[in-house]
Amino acid sequence: MMRALFAVLFAMLCFAGAAFADYGPEKLSDPRLEARAVALQRSLRCLVCQGESLDESNSQLADDLRRLIRGRIQQGQSDRQITAFLVSRYGDVILMKPPLEPCTYLLWFGPLLILVFGGGLAGLIVYRARARLGQSG
Amino acid sequence: MTGELGQFALCLALSLALVQAFAGLAGARETAAQARAVASGSALGFFVFIALSFGALTYGFVTSDFSIADVADNSHTLKPLIYKITGVWGNHEGSMLLWVLVLGIYSALMTLAERGGARLTSAALGVQGLLASAFVLFILFTSDPFRRIDPMPVEGAGLNPLLQDPGLAMHPPMLYLGYVGLSATFAYAAAALITGDAERSWARAARPYMLVAWIALTLGITLGSWWAYYVLGWGGFWFWDPVENAALMPWLVATALLHSALATERTGAFRTWSLLLAIAAFSLSLIGTFLVRSGVLSSVHAFANDPERGLVILVMLAIATGGALLLFAWRAPKLEGGAEFDTVSRETALLLNNLLLCFAVTVVFFGTLYPLALQSLTGERISVGAPYFAMLFAPAFVALLALVPFGPRLSWRKDDLRQAMRALAPAGAAALVVGLIVLAFATPRSLAAAGSFALAFWVLGASAVDINKRLKTHTVSANGLASALAHAGLGISLIGIAATTVWRGEAIDVIGPGQSLNVAGYELRLDRVEPVDGPNYQAMRAIIDVRRDGRDLGTITPEKRSYPVEGEAISDTAIRTTGFSDLYVALGDDRGNGRWSVRAFFNPLAPFIWFGGALMALGGLTSLWGRVRVRFARLAPAE
Repeated sequence: MMRALFAVLFAMLCFAGAAFADYGPEKLSDPRLEARAVALQRSLRCLVCQGESLDESNSQLADDLRRLIRGRIQQGQSDRQITAFLVSRYGDVILMKPPLEPCTYLLWFGPLLILVFGGGLAGLIVYRARARLGQSG
Repeated sequence: MTGELGQFALCLALSLALVQAFAGLAGARETAAQARAVASGSALGFFVFIALSFGALTYGFVTSDFSIADVADNSHTLKPLIYKITGVWGNHEGSMLLWVLVLGIYSALMTLAERGGARLTSAALGVQGLLASAFVLFILFTSDPFRRIDPMPVEGAGLNPLLQDPGLAMHPPMLYLGYVGLSATFAYAAAALITGDAERSWARAARPYMLVAWIALTLGITLGSWWAYYVLGWGGFWFWDPVENAALMPWLVATALLHSALATERTGAFRTWSLLLAIAAFSLSLIGTFLVRSGVLSSVHAFANDPERGLVILVMLAIATGGALLLFAWRAPKLEGGAEFDTVSRETALLLNNLLLCFAVTVVFFGTLYPLALQSLTGERISVGAPYFAMLFAPAFVALLALVPFGPRLSWRKDDLRQAMRALAPAGAAALVVGLIVLAFATPRSLAAAGSFALAFWVLGASAVDINKRLKTHTVSANGLASALAHAGLGISLIGIAATTVWRGEAIDVIGPGQSLNVAGYELRLDRVEPVDGPNYQAMRAIIDVRRDGRDLGTITPEKRSYPVEGEAISDTAIRTTGFSDLYVALGDDRGNGRWSVRAFFNPLAPFIWFGGALMALGGLTSLWGRVRVRFARLAPAE
């Protein structure tokens, strides 16, 4: 499949330079740190499998990134630092939750605007229906 | 030969669809009885020829006729017969043929039932004919299922292993029954605007089609979610994937329409709004078809490389939606007056239901299409994942569920809120008690879970109160029962979703024979991993002994299957369910020396998610049964 081929190529490209990077273990022994790692990998998207987070994906890239996150947690980096590093490497696309920026204002506030507008309209409809009820008694 | 027959039948169907379109629209005039007869005949003929064409393609798949390109690309002689048949719609060309077949079935039913009078039916058939012509043209020019290849390959390329599954075999026909059922609703709405009789009769005429579409979408989404759960191997049931959202959007709008059309049918309220929803529901079905069929989802570039199909669907979408909206803008202002109702009334409840559902569908719409739009406009790539939907969609649904009990309780036009509250007091008490029990005794303690359980029991309790009252006053009706069942289904699903999300147990490890993995009190000991041969795959099967508190609970056997023809591997999860909880085990990769990575989940109350979906569908069926029974009761004395 084309997508699988693309994914493999993509993963190879990304990791050609990072082959010697300091990957951590698959699972951290400290449950508190492990919980942090799991929370982090749930907030990041697997770039190979559309729609799945790093937590859910079975791809090689997700596997590597899960270990990279643990390696950096062991080095004492904060969640914010790790996220910032991954965003600088892969772009905003890796974030499951899109950041609030000018180009995503419409995404975040569009539906709310519709809700406000719709709510106003619904209020008007009820108001008018009530007035009509009053007229006819 | 059969291939050519299929194509010939398809061409004949096209000409009949064109006749149906013109005659049907002409038949909207009072005096054109002959045109109506022609439209009716061509609708039946269209169905016959599409069925022949579909039969020819199925025959090609069953007999593995690899001179047909579509069969060669998507089938294989070694595939089990059932997947040869389901493979017919497991690909683009065949699935589009299924789409028009379902359209033909609906048109034939519309002709035979002739609901809402001869003129309305005729105009609706005309609209169906236009849609059918467009889709058959689309198939003939961009997605010919009967294209021959020469030389004929000796063997086919096989079907994506993920699709070789009984759950997914039924999933596309269900979704299409839903998508296309909304076309029948759309056709009636457009017909109402064309004939100018857009008061109540169209809503009544379209009701059964709306219901069938809604039931089918409910079942299709439930099946799809269940399939994702047991096939994808990470124990999740919904990922806000664009393909899932493509089915969820029409479902949400269809749900809104079912509710608003209730008012339209009963009191004539919200008549323009119901028309608009009928148009929107079908437009979203087309958008769903576009998203899934154009390749735009895998990448904007995939779409740009082969834009033909996607563009044609977009053009059809623009014409159908644009045309209907123009018709709406022209005719709707002429509709007389509005409804009369008080602030506290069932109308207001339905209005709030529609407001929240429309907000929910807007959230899904933005979340699904915004990344695509942003990337094609600015090149910037973002992901919209579960956190976005959890922040915007979930509150809307919580509010909706909090209001659900009031809907069936309030009477039309005018009611007393305090009286409704009193009637719902038992439900409120049940919600409070259950919420407190969950908060006090369930571990880990979770306010979200307690709140969800309370909300679920509030809805379930209201359904019980409703049925109880109807039994006491001897007013049990199909419609009353239907809403109680469907709303209860929502509550049951919510319980499953909340419990699985909050209390799921998860373990992942690399283990060898004799070693074990512990999850939620279960001990899973790997006995051995052995090779097994399937009809068209080879598998590695893990034999895992399950124990709990020292008691032997038997074995569980997850597999990792590789399909040599398709060159792909999938994992076949093993699920041990009690009906209340699932023990879910997926076999991962071979790590050498007989060691395998194994992932296990304990999902409490997970089956409730799909029970709830099935219960909602049952509610829809109850309502449909009521309608059909009434109709037969009316027919009987005449005979």
